[in-house]
Amino acid sequence: MDKFKTLTSTIVPLPIENVDTDQIIPARFLKATSKEGFGDNLFRDWRYDKQGNPIKDFVLNDPTYKGEILVAGKNFGSGSSREHAAWAVAGYGFRVVVSSFFADIFKNNAMNNFVLPVVVSDAFLSEIFSSVKADPKMTLTIDLENQTIKNNSTGKSHSFLINGYKKECFLEGLDDIDYLLSKKDKIEEYEKKRVAF
Amino acid sequence: MNTLFDKIWDSHVVTKVEDGPTQLYIDRLFCHEVTSPQAFEGLRNRGLQVFRPNQVYCMPDHNIPTMNQEMPIVDPVSKNQVDTLDKNAKDFGVQYFPMGHKKNGIIHVVGPENGLSLPGMTIVCGDSHTSTHGAMGAVAFGIGTSEVEMVLATQCIFQAKPKTMRIRFEGRLKAGVSAKDMALYMISQLTTGGATGYFVEYAGEAVRNLSMEGRMTLCNLSIEMGARGGMIAPDETTFEYVKDREYAPKGDDWKKAIEYWKTLKSGDDAVFDKEVLFDASEIEPMVTYGTNPGMGMGINSSIPALNSIEKSSRDSFVKSLNYMGFQSGEKLTGKPVDYVFLGSCTNGRIEDFRDFAHFVKGKKKADGVIVWLVPGSWAVDKQIKAEGLDKILTEAGFELRQPGCSACLAMNEDKVPAGKYVVSTSNRNFEGRQGPGARTILAGSLVAAAAALTGKIIDPRTL
Repeated sequence: MDKFKTLTSTIVPLPIENVDTDQIIPARFLKATSKEGFGDNLFRDWRYDKQGNPIKDFVLNDPTYKGEILVAGKNFGSGSSREHAAWAVAGYGFRVVVSSFFADIFKNNAMNNFVLPVVVSDAFLSEIFSSVKADPKMTLTIDLENQTIKNNSTGKSHSFLINGYKKECFLEGLDDIDYLLSKKDKIEEYEKKRVAF
Repeated sequence: MNTLFDKIWDSHVVTKVEDGPTQLYIDRLFCHEVTSPQAFEGLRNRGLQVFRPNQVYCMPDHNIPTMNQEMPIVDPVSKNQVDTLDKNAKDFGVQYFPMGHKKNGIIHVVGPENGLSLPGMTIVCGDSHTSTHGAMGAVAFGIGTSEVEMVLATQCIFQAKPKTMRIRFEGRLKAGVSAKDMALYMISQLTTGGATGYFVEYAGEAVRNLSMEGRMTLCNLSIEMGARGGMIAPDETTFEYVKDREYAPKGDDWKKAIEYWKTLKSGDDAVFDKEVLFDASEIEPMVTYGTNPGMGMGINSSIPALNSIEKSSRDSFVKSLNYMGFQSGEKLTGKPVDYVFLGSCTNGRIEDFRDFAHFVKGKKKADGVIVWLVPGSWAVDKQIKAEGLDKILTEAGFELRQPGCSACLAMNEDKVPAGKYVVSTSNRNFEGRQGPGARTILAGSLVAAAAALTGKIIDPRTL
C-alpha cells in the first residue's frame, strides 16, 4: 500500500448528517466478490436517477468540487458493517474523510483500506463548509506525522487523534494481518489456557 | 471496571500493542455470502489456510430467495455470490449450512438456536447485527471484511477496547409493549450516534423479564444507536434456553459451563463509563417516521415540529420527512400502509410469529396490503408448523415464505416499490433500504399485525 504522510487537496463537501452506509453504497451493489468497481456506485441513489442519469445538483456531479478529501456532516458511516462502503469511498479516489463524528465500524473499515478518517470539532467542520461555499477551490492540508489538519482559507489548524500503531501503519503502508501472523506463537499459547465449552 | 464486558474481554486478550489496539481471541466466527468473498480471496492471495476451521460457521442468508429455494437462484449475480460461499466453505473446510439445509437461516437466528453462541464467548461476523448474540451473555460485534480475513487467518482480531455503558430499564412493560418497542424508544432517546464508542450492558427488571427472543431483539438493535455491541448477563432464562441445544455443552461439561457462566455478571462495584436509566412503564408501542432508527415515537404521538429540532440538523430532518412524504407535527395513526414485513434478525423468531398469529387469529388480512411473513430460519419454520401457527395464519389470509434476510435489505427479490409504505419489523428505515424509494416504518410484531389486518398504522391495543 502507498505510504501516507501529508496531503493537500481541494475538497468535496457533503454537509449532510447521519450519512449511513446504505447511502454510501446501496445493498443491491454488494453482490460482487472482488473489491473493485465500488467507486462507480458511491452514493448511487443520490448521484443518479432511476434511469441512471446524473442528478445535477448532487455534489459529485458538480464539476466545481473535486479532490481527494471528502468532508461530511456528523455521524458519517452509520449503519451496516459493509466494508464495501470503505471500498467505494477509496475506489472513488478519496484518501481522507473529515467529519465531526464517525460510526465505529466504518472508521475501522476506512483505516483498513488506507482511507484516513479525521475527526474535527463541530465548529471547525462548520468553518470548512463556510470556506468552501465562499471559495470552492479552497484546500485542506492533512499532516499525519504531526496529526494536524489545516484549513488553508482561514489558516486555522486543528489537531486530530489516531493511535500510534495505526499511524505507523499509514506512514509505512503496513496492514494488520502481517502483524497478527507474526504473533502465531502467542495465539497458540493463549489457546492452551483458554476456557471453552 | 469489573463489568461483565470487562470480564469477557480481559479473558480473551492475547497481547496488547503499545499505544495501539488489543489482539483479541475470537471463539466463534460467523460468515455470510456478502461480506466474506474478499476475505477468503485475501487468504488465497497470501497462500494461507483457515487457522481454526472448526470455530468458523458459514451460511448464505442475504441473497437467498424466500420462494422456491429448492430451485437454483434466478438472479445470476446473487447466485454467483452464494456459489462463491459454497466453494469457499468447501475449499477451506469450514462448517457450512447451505441454502435449504435444515440449519440454514439468518446467521443471528441460527447461532443462538443451535447453541453455537454461548455465554462468555467472543463472537464476530461481517455484519453489524452480530450484536444480537450478546443476549446470550457474550461479547459479540460486527466487523468489516478485512477483519473477517484477520480472524480466518489467525482466530484473532485487532480492536481498541470500547468504553462501557449500562442501560437499565426499571419497572414493568405495559401490556402490548415488546422488546422492539424498548429498543426503538431507547434509540429515539439516545439518537443513532448516542452509544458510538461504547459496549452496552442491558439490565434492570424489564430486561430480566424478557424471554431470550426479546433479549435478542434488544441486543440486535444496539448498533442502531452506534454501540459496538450490547449484552445481557446470563441467568436462569439463558441457561434454560441453551440447555440441550445441539452444540451446547452436555453432561459434565454442562455442569462446569453453568458454574462458569454464573460468574459472568457485573460486580456490585462495577464502574461503567456511562449509565442510563429508563422507566419501562412509560414505553408505548413505537413507530418510526423518518429515515434513521432514532426518528421514532410512541404510536399515538406526533412527528416533532421543525422548530423543536436543533438548527444544524434541520436540513437533514426536512430531507428525511420529504423522502417519507410526512409533515412535521402530524400523527401517523390512520395513515394507509401498502406492505407489511414480519421477519429479519430483529423480529424473525418464534415468539414474533406467535405474537403475530395470536393477534390475527379469527380475523382477516386487509385487502390491498401485501404481507411478507418470513421466518428467520428453517428451525423457526418447523416450530411454527409444530405449534399450528401456520394454520391460524392461513385461515386469516396469510402465507408463510421461506427463511432468509429478505425484505430487510432487499438483496433478493423481496423489494418494496418506490413510494410505497411498509410497516417493517426489521432494523433500518434508511432511504432505499427495502428497495429504491421504499418508505419504511419500523415497528414491533404487534403493530405489524395490526397494520396487516387494517391496512393502516394503528395502535394494536385498540383492536
